[in-house]
Amino acid sequence: MTNPPLTLLSEEEGLFQTMAREFAEYEIRPHAAAMDHEAVFRHDLIEKFFSQGFMSIDIPEALGGSGGSFFMSILAIEEFARVDASAAVIVDVQNTLVNNALARWGSDEQKRKFLPRMARDTVGAYALSEPNAGSDAFALETRAREDGGDYILEGRKLWITNAKEAGLFIVFATVNRELGYKGITAFLVEAGAPGFSVGKKEDKLGIRASSTCELILDECRIPKSSVLGEVGRGYKVAIETLNEGRIGIAAQMTGVAQGAIDQATRYAKERKQFGKPIAENQAIQFQLARLATETEAARLMTYNAARLKEAHKPFLKEAAMAKYFTSEVAERVASECIEIFGGYGYTKDYPAEKYLRDAKIGKIYEGTSFMQLQTIAKVLLGQ
Amino acid sequence: MLDYGLTEYQTAIRDLAREIAAKEIRPVAMEYDRDAKFPWPVVKVLAEADLFRVYIDEKYEGLTDGSPIMNMVIVTEELSKACAGIALAFAGTALGTIPIVLSGSEEQKQRWLPDIAAGRKLAAFALTEPQAGSDAGAVRTTAIRDGDHYVLNGTKLWITNGGEAEIYTVIALTNPAKGPRGASCIVVEKGTPGFTFGKKEDKLGIRASATRELIFQDCRVPAANCLGREGTGFITAMKTFDVSRPGVGAQALGIAQGAFDLALEYACTRRQFDAPIGSFQGLRFMMADMAMKIEAARALVYATARHIDRQPKERPTLYAAMSKCYASDVAMDVTVDAVQVFGGYGYMHDYPVEKFMRDAKITQIYEGTNQIQRDEISKVLISNFHSRVSKARAA
Ligand SMILES: Cc1cc2nc3c(=O)[nH]c(=O)nc-3n(C[C@H](O)[C@H](O)[C@H](O)COP(=O)(O)OP(=O)(O)OC[C@H]3O[C@@H](n4cnc5c(N)ncnc54)[C@H](O)[C@@H]3O)c2cc1C
Ligand SMILES: Cc1cc2nc3c(=O)[nH]c(=O)nc-3n(C[C@H](O)[C@H](O)[C@H](O)COP(=O)(O)OP(=O)(O)OC[C@H]3O[C@@H](n4cnc5c(N)ncnc54)[C@H](O)[C@@H]3O)c2cc1C
Repeated sequence: MTNPPLTLLSEEEGLFQTMAREFAEYEIRPHAAAMDHEAVFRHDLIEKFFSQGFMSIDIPEALGGSGGSFFMSILAIEEFARVDASAAVIVDVQNTLVNNALARWGSDEQKRKFLPRMARDTVGAYALSEPNAGSDAFALETRAREDGGDYILEGRKLWITNAKEAGLFIVFATVNRELGYKGITAFLVEAGAPGFSVGKKEDKLGIRASSTCELILDECRIPKSSVLGEVGRGYKVAIETLNEGRIGIAAQMTGVAQGAIDQATRYAKERKQFGKPIAENQAIQFQLARLATETEAARLMTYNAARLKEAHKPFLKEAAMAKYFTSEVAERVASECIEIFGGYGYTKDYPAEKYLRDAKIGKIYEGTSFMQLQTIAKVLLGQ
Repeated sequence: MLDYGLTEYQTAIRDLAREIAAKEIRPVAMEYDRDAKFPWPVVKVLAEADLFRVYIDEKYEGLTDGSPIMNMVIVTEELSKACAGIALAFAGTALGTIPIVLSGSEEQKQRWLPDIAAGRKLAAFALTEPQAGSDAGAVRTTAIRDGDHYVLNGTKLWITNGGEAEIYTVIALTNPAKGPRGASCIVVEKGTPGFTFGKKEDKLGIRASATRELIFQDCRVPAANCLGREGTGFITAMKTFDVSRPGVGAQALGIAQGAFDLALEYACTRRQFDAPIGSFQGLRFMMADMAMKIEAARALVYATARHIDRQPKERPTLYAAMSKCYASDVAMDVTVDAVQVFGGYGYMHDYPVEKFMRDAKITQIYEGTNQIQRDEISKVLISNFHSRVSKARAA
């Protein structure tokens, strides 16, 4: 049997992609500009994400999920990002980070307790970064100390996506700083936990509708049963979920690039200068062709990484490459698409400028581009 | 610092502009960006410092010391390092003034230039219309002669300093039947009956700059306000771009340098992995590239400005386009990378760096998009080639 082309979807994948595309088009698109402006994500839309199954795509039906695949999460993220990168990141964090970590590292009890809620109504967030621990995530300073049957968490997390909406947080803290990364432990913290609060919401360049907040853990008391995985093995939880999460960001960036191209292509056919559509100039044609080629390459890298993961093959290098490349492409594509819109592209009345603002995050979160290069180099050099 | 051989006067205005940028602009840049406020207090300071005089001839109360365009470039660059939007109150005024300098009669110059030189009045240049952007020849605004007046009708789009400036150099058709060859450049003053402003644009960047529609409804303007002969409006517009584009280049250069300065400082202070991030070779090489591009852009912009100031016989279109196009592409690349140096902090409005990236984008668009610059550059090169060939044949 010959292997199918990467972009050839199975029937199930194809149906799901169509559903995600239509949902994005009809439910998200009408609100995207206003949500960006107001920097708030509509609550009713998140409810629809739940009711349509987008918040638990690859969770088994027995646990309340949609029973789909990781690849389908990738498709949903891409389709949402075409329309609104903020919508995409909500779904991305939920599926590729939080649900993923729960499914992979959670005890049976934790899975039974939380996964149905993640499918039903609970938004998840993933809290690793701190003011002094970004790229060097394992330099984190948030501490966890035992106190009887509980853990007490003390510290501050920065820039946590979904924090405003989330009911469940995966919080990384160290049980002993002297142990270095081997002290890091993952905890499941519910929004109402005593001593837990969500701080200031950031005012950002892009993905403005997606909430990014500080978390304050002030003598935050949680039961010992909240440890996700094992004590001292949190670094593994973090690394392995982020390795997969990167494919989600790659999908988000592929979607952003595609969305910008869709808009620019349509505009280039409509806008007339010198008595003809601007699309009739070779410069515009070649520009669109080049941007579309780069976006296609980005998509193939993303799909390949996702399919490798699904096939249980090594995908670390491919995922890092996909995130690195797609975020470069998205930034360039979005930037050039503004130019195709001319002066209109610079105003808030047209969607072009938002794609650039949104694209810029791709090279920053879930490991900056330099961190991706470092990962790729390590694999190449066999370190 | 490379020695670009600035004159004493050029050094003095650079230092002055740099000081104003540091004291008056940088502290308020983020606030003006957020609130999209027009920077009148800064304009006042620039006026008091005599900086509006630097590109206007001594005869009209200016002080060029023989290098108007280089002076304009120097001041624009310095101000743009702190805020390109605020700097545009200055640079947009220069753009609006150049048509008067190039095509105005002695009397017209005496009438308008001293007020601009003193910073009492700002100027604006109005060419673009909804259907006439790159294709400026498609303008439809008319200025029909009626006795000793012109009657203007039409709408201009996205006019920098619109609503704030007093003096507008407007391209309108005095003879619509002739199309672009029937266009003239007419000065319209704010307050003229029939001249109103449309909505202020909400923009990605240069938000401290006002961009508005100009609306002319049976607006009567004295015939004496026509710059040069009727029908020369397009020539004036093209000649204006020949000298104003290095100004956009300078704005882009300032944006790039301003972002780079922030990035360098951050790279030297932010620590990760127990070391300044600036100690990692990946980041250092990126910064080396940024710095090289900026210096190359500066050399091209300065050389072009000086070339123009020497009043070459041939139109400087080629170099004007190159300097604008190159510097603005550099600004976009550099500012995007500067955000990258800041990591997550770079993405936040609390930090100043993302603004530079938003501001940079406009320099690739206005005064002719970069596609139009490349179009013109290549056309000039090809036409130069053909004229060389035919000269060689003739010889
Ligand atoms: C909108 C947004 C949402 C986010 N959401 C989340 C979230 O949900 N959960 C979470 O935990 N975090 C989140 N983050 C944080 C994000 O993951 C970090 O910003 C990112 O890891 C980079 O860290 P930093 O910002 O501290 O940058 P730094 O680590 O300070 O990096 C600054 C620059 O130095 C470079 N650099 C650093 N170290 C090296 C090196 N060794 N070699 C070469 N170059 C280097 C970086 O590549 C970067 O260019 C979010 C951030 C943003 C902006
Ligand atoms: C903030 C701002 C301030 C401005 N200030 C002023 C001002 O003060 N005065 C003023 O007169 N105007 C001003 N403008 C207008 C500006 O100069 C125009 O936006 C610009 O010339 C492009 O025109 P357009 O927006 O109509 O784009 P279009 O001409 O519609 O171009 C759309 C796209 O098609 C491309 N294109 C068009 N023709 C060709 C071709 N033949 N070959 C290849 N590609 C082509 C363009 O490069 C662009 O990518 C301003 C605009 C903005 C956004």
